[in-house]
Amino acid sequence: MLRLTNIYKLFNPGSVDEKTALAGINLQLNPGDFVTVIGSNGAGKSTLMNVISGALQPDMGEVVIDGRDVTRMPEFRRSAFIGRVFQDPMAGTAPRMTIEENLAMAWKRGQPRGLKFGVTRRKREFFREQLARLGIGLENRLFAKVGLLSGGERQALSLLMATFTNPRILLLDEHTAALDPARADLITRLTETIVREQKLTTLMVTHNMEQAIRLGNRLIMMDKGRIILDIDSEKKKTLTVERLLGEFEQISGHKLTDDRIVLG
Amino acid sequence: MFGALWSSMPGAVELGLLYALMALGVYITFRILDFPDLTVDGSFTTGGAIAAVLITAGYHPWLATAAAFAGGLAAGALTGLLHAKGKINGLLSGILMMIALYSINLRILGRPNVSLLGMDTIFPRVGKDEKWLLLLVIAVVILIIKLLLDAFLKTDLGLALRATGDNAKMIASFGANTDTTKIIGVSLSNGLVALSGAFIAQQGGFADISMGIGMIVIGLASVIIGEAIFGAKTVFRATLAVVLGSIVYRIVVALALRVEWLESSDVKLITAIIVIIALVLPTASRAWSVRKTARKRSRELAGSEGR
Repeated sequence: MLRLTNIYKLFNPGSVDEKTALAGINLQLNPGDFVTVIGSNGAGKSTLMNVISGALQPDMGEVVIDGRDVTRMPEFRRSAFIGRVFQDPMAGTAPRMTIEENLAMAWKRGQPRGLKFGVTRRKREFFREQLARLGIGLENRLFAKVGLLSGGERQALSLLMATFTNPRILLLDEHTAALDPARADLITRLTETIVREQKLTTLMVTHNMEQAIRLGNRLIMMDKGRIILDIDSEKKKTLTVERLLGEFEQISGHKLTDDRIVLG
Repeated sequence: MFGALWSSMPGAVELGLLYALMALGVYITFRILDFPDLTVDGSFTTGGAIAAVLITAGYHPWLATAAAFAGGLAAGALTGLLHAKGKINGLLSGILMMIALYSINLRILGRPNVSLLGMDTIFPRVGKDEKWLLLLVIAVVILIIKLLLDAFLKTDLGLALRATGDNAKMIASFGANTDTTKIIGVSLSNGLVALSGAFIAQQGGFADISMGIGMIVIGLASVIIGEAIFGAKTVFRATLAVVLGSIVYRIVVALALRVEWLESSDVKLITAIIVIIALVLPTASRAWSVRKTARKRSRELAGSEGR
């Protein structure tokens, strides 16, 4: 479904600030894989997401989605296959537009946008049904401007917008990190349900160790631009936070440091 | 005094309606795309110049008006290209096009001023009694254009255009090319501005190389006055507010010109002052109300801790 081959990405190449963000990443995701990604500060998790989404182009290596080389394809074209939810709840929606208008834009993912009305009566009914899945009452607020929603509500809407067109790949970039615990829990539960029901191939970066172990069928750990540990679903079932941290120290030679890390 | 004032009202409303298209153009760039586009000062004249020259050459006035609209679309598309593809700062792209258009407009006109006196324009010659009827027809035409714009802003393309100004990263992540939407937006904006220029040239009976000077500020004034008085909750309301704001602006100018110690050349200064007040007041009053609420809440918190 997704294949990364020998990906390198440097920032500020040739200067004193040169930083190797990705150093030879090889990763293959099979259809329906739900992979959680953890790693310390500056391990290259976000860069990895950006290289997959097309926001950044790798300096070396190739990105293949569904057997198609998309390495040089610009982000807006690649987004036909990729749904993404960002950490910032404000990032995934347009605040001065209504909920139904936001959904209408998301519904057109990767399709040409012409002069047909974005919201029709039939689509409105469909949007209402979809919003009802979130279970937070947004289905009754179709005409509300998104800027009036709380961070949790906006993130739930972003998640729906990113997933309801069944993208080939779903990228979740610490999408619960900016929310308070109760709302983060809600978004985590919604993510779990949606990914399972729609069998989405998912890559989720998280700083929450417990979440990384509990969710998904595979866990990868990054450090200094490399994937240093890849745990399959069998091993993942018996994994604990302590063992995970221990493994990290053993392989990388230093402690897992992330100022926002949550152990469980 | 009041008689003279009352008799100047139909003229002010008529001008307000004709300039409203220009204000709608400014609304698209300034409010929707969040892009202060100064091309307006040049493209307004371009519209007037194309219409005037084609009419004097014997073309049908409506054809000349359509050509003016197309000229504005092209000028705007160039500004959009400079900004989106050339990565030139938005303000600078507009200034560059404005300056370039000054020369182009002179080329189109051939001389600084082209008169349309005695020529057939889209405005029929009417007697005193039919003036109101003409005003009504103009109002209907402007409203139809406003409704077409509203409808466009609700299409898939229109939604992408609005999202480009609201959250460009988001709409790009759903596969819209924000370079394209910006170019379309700036182009459409200047098309409307040029259309307005063509109407004004025909209504006034001439096109002049300097007829567009200060147009951007008048457009901003109309947008801001309209929003302040009539609100901008929905697209329908916002564009209606722009049209009404344009009319209110013309009425304010007509009133100001009645003040004895003001010269007609002071109009641009008055316009600038209106825009400054309209821009500063909301920010200042918001800051003031936030500070007031913060103080009140702090006192409440301090009070509850004391107990």
